[in-house]
Amino acid sequence: MTQVNWSRLAPLLQRLGSVIGLVLLFIVLSVMSPDFLTTGNLLSVLRQVSINALIAFGMTFVILAGGIDLSVGAILALTGAITAGLMAAGHGLALSMGAGLGLGLVLGMVNGALVSWGKVAPFIATLGTMTLLRGLTLVYTQGTPIPVTDAGFALLGGGYLAHLLPLPVIWMFVVFAACAFLLRGTVFGRHVMAIGGNEEAARLSGVRLAPMKLAIYGLSGLLSAVAGVVLTSRLYSAQSTAGSGYELDAIAAVVLGGTSLSGGRGWLFGTLIGALLIGFLNNGLNLLDVSSFYQQVVKGVVILIAVLLDRRQ
Amino acid sequence: MAAPLIRMQGIQKAFGPVKVLEGVDFELRAGEVHALMGENGAGKSTLMKILTGIYAPDGGRIDVDGEATAIASPADAEKHGIAIIHQDLNLIPSLSIADNLFLGREEHRFGLLRRRAMAERARAWLARVGMDRLDPDTSVERLSVGRQQMVEIARALGQNARVLIMDEPTAALTESETDTLFRLIRELRAQGTGIVYVSHRMEEIFALCDRISVLRDGQFVGTRDVPGLGFDEVVKMMVGRTLDARFPARTPHVGPVRLSVEHVGGGMVHDVSFDLHAGEVLGVAGLLGAGRTELARLLFGLDRLESGRVTLDGRPVTPKTPSEAIHAGFGFVTEDRKGQGLVLDLSLRENVSLPRVPARAGLVDRPAEKKQTRGLIDALKIRTRDMELDVRALSGGNQQKVVLAKWLALKPRVLILDEPTRGVDVGGKAEIYHIINQLAEQGVAILMISSELPEVLAMSDRILVMHEGRATALLDARGATQETVMTAATGGK
Repeated sequence: MTQVNWSRLAPLLQRLGSVIGLVLLFIVLSVMSPDFLTTGNLLSVLRQVSINALIAFGMTFVILAGGIDLSVGAILALTGAITAGLMAAGHGLALSMGAGLGLGLVLGMVNGALVSWGKVAPFIATLGTMTLLRGLTLVYTQGTPIPVTDAGFALLGGGYLAHLLPLPVIWMFVVFAACAFLLRGTVFGRHVMAIGGNEEAARLSGVRLAPMKLAIYGLSGLLSAVAGVVLTSRLYSAQSTAGSGYELDAIAAVVLGGTSLSGGRGWLFGTLIGALLIGFLNNGLNLLDVSSFYQQVVKGVVILIAVLLDRRQ
Repeated sequence: MAAPLIRMQGIQKAFGPVKVLEGVDFELRAGEVHALMGENGAGKSTLMKILTGIYAPDGGRIDVDGEATAIASPADAEKHGIAIIHQDLNLIPSLSIADNLFLGREEHRFGLLRRRAMAERARAWLARVGMDRLDPDTSVERLSVGRQQMVEIARALGQNARVLIMDEPTAALTESETDTLFRLIRELRAQGTGIVYVSHRMEEIFALCDRISVLRDGQFVGTRDVPGLGFDEVVKMMVGRTLDARFPARTPHVGPVRLSVEHVGGGMVHDVSFDLHAGEVLGVAGLLGAGRTELARLLFGLDRLESGRVTLDGRPVTPKTPSEAIHAGFGFVTEDRKGQGLVLDLSLRENVSLPRVPARAGLVDRPAEKKQTRGLIDALKIRTRDMELDVRALSGGNQQKVVLAKWLALKPRVLILDEPTRGVDVGGKAEIYHIINQLAEQGVAILMISSELPEVLAMSDRILVMHEGRATALLDARGATQETVMTAATGGK
């Protein structure tokens, strides 16, 4: 008889919970709706998921390090608006996008500075910047959408690879691969896990907290800006209210994926699965003609069940 | 003869396939202090958790006052008068003493608290532990650790406890607080309370306890009367063999001055000066709160150095962060292993390489990291099946070795050890002493803070004694005795 090593298997099963959930959801939806399992539908869901996933990848680093970032949706809106605005003012594609992405990085680092040097609790610091940036976006856009005129830019979010695969999906997988490597294969990633697991022990081991937090929140800001640029491109315009509530979808994806909100435990693959779960759940409820009021109820229940199942003793 | 308060017979307990207790017997009489001993992982805390209703036993029987009793929950245990005083205290710091004493059983009328009545009874309970001068309205966070412990004991007595379980009660106490606690324990014993005393400190056990029961690897080894019992015999019962020596010997090869500390001050530390040589172990003795840990924190860049200068190998060093201190050649094994030393959710490998991850251009060099970890596991005899397991799963002694391994990987020039053997069992202690000796022989300069006088006296070449933030003596360890050290530690001449 082969000896099963439960002490090592149990955490693995727990980790795979989100994968099992996704597979089950997939099977149920395939059976219940004939429109679900079609290439067109699946690819369109993937394209919708990509925006949330891009943000959630950055959020994973923040949460793993024991923090939270509520400003991601606001950064998405402002960076999208700035990118579109610069292009509308006649600046080139590269400069406009560079400015948008750079701004995202800097805004994220401002969050990091508030948290590390300012010693403000991450929830409060990013709640503040979220509100501030929402306001700035309204000021900048005067509340009206900024249309995208550059056809090349529009390809970024609206284009396809081989006339089939939406480009945002490509960006999602590229960023996923890069982030997964960053987390598992680099000293930076190791230090993220250490800070989330025990900040004091990490500091005493010589991990420099302030630069790390600047980098972690900076990464989150940068990926929010990437999402902002892609979304603006796909919608052909930058909306001042874009990305409202995206911070909560991103947090939900991270938590559904099995990453602990108290930090130090989790993985990036889980976040990808979590984002897909939310995306397919939305899609399935639409296909099944569930009213949008009930959709929210179902999403809330799913999140609660997932967290309860994942809860450790 | 009356039936014993507690008689546990043939207690079995397994977690999954792991047998933690295999047929353990334990008896506690009224009016005795009974030491429960054994190395970390021997099953002491599991046995006590069964007695207090936290775990259900898989087999065996428990008699209370001679009658078979099922203790299915902590509430059951409380009903039978069994109370435990935890190692880390179970009080809510922001609440007052009275609030804590009555937590969960507040006196009230129609939901309104009867504050005055509770304060009245709180005073009576505090008087029983000799703390009648404490105001029940004081918030607990303003009390010293020793007094907080007295409040816990008062709470247990207020609930009519007849069986008190104390888990390492003196670990955080000063000398005089320990004396007060021992006086109280003897008083309670005279009143007929049965006390289970769990501790690694042999001196205390021989001074205080009537009987000793020893567990080893979940097995019951035996119960002995303390009078007439030898120290060596207890160690042999605990580790199953006689230790070669409690403190392994080392031939000192003291080299040139490595670390020179001149008139250093900051926070509660004032004007401390000493030289530390390569290959030397300098013990730092003193009472709790004498400023020993604070001195270490100043040297390691954790607190701000306000005055004085520090030179390392002839060069001035003033680290402002731990990161700078590490680059300068310092290593710091903190006293709080779980709070400051380890990231419990990371693997042994990841913890060991935390101060410096083997990497090329920011990319982790996994093979080099594994090789380094394997080498340290062998060198320090860390007992683990797998370097990928979370350090949470290791025993206290092995965890402490992981903290040491973390710093050894860096080859520090000065290694600061703060209570390096706290909470480590006898066998583990000897191994850690051995490692300290090896490091000294390799020329590392070691500053060893310790509250265990026998340890300081046996392991050090010289001893720096601190009192209220100042250095009161710098003694040669060969001529020093417990008395000379204690005199300096209490500020006497």
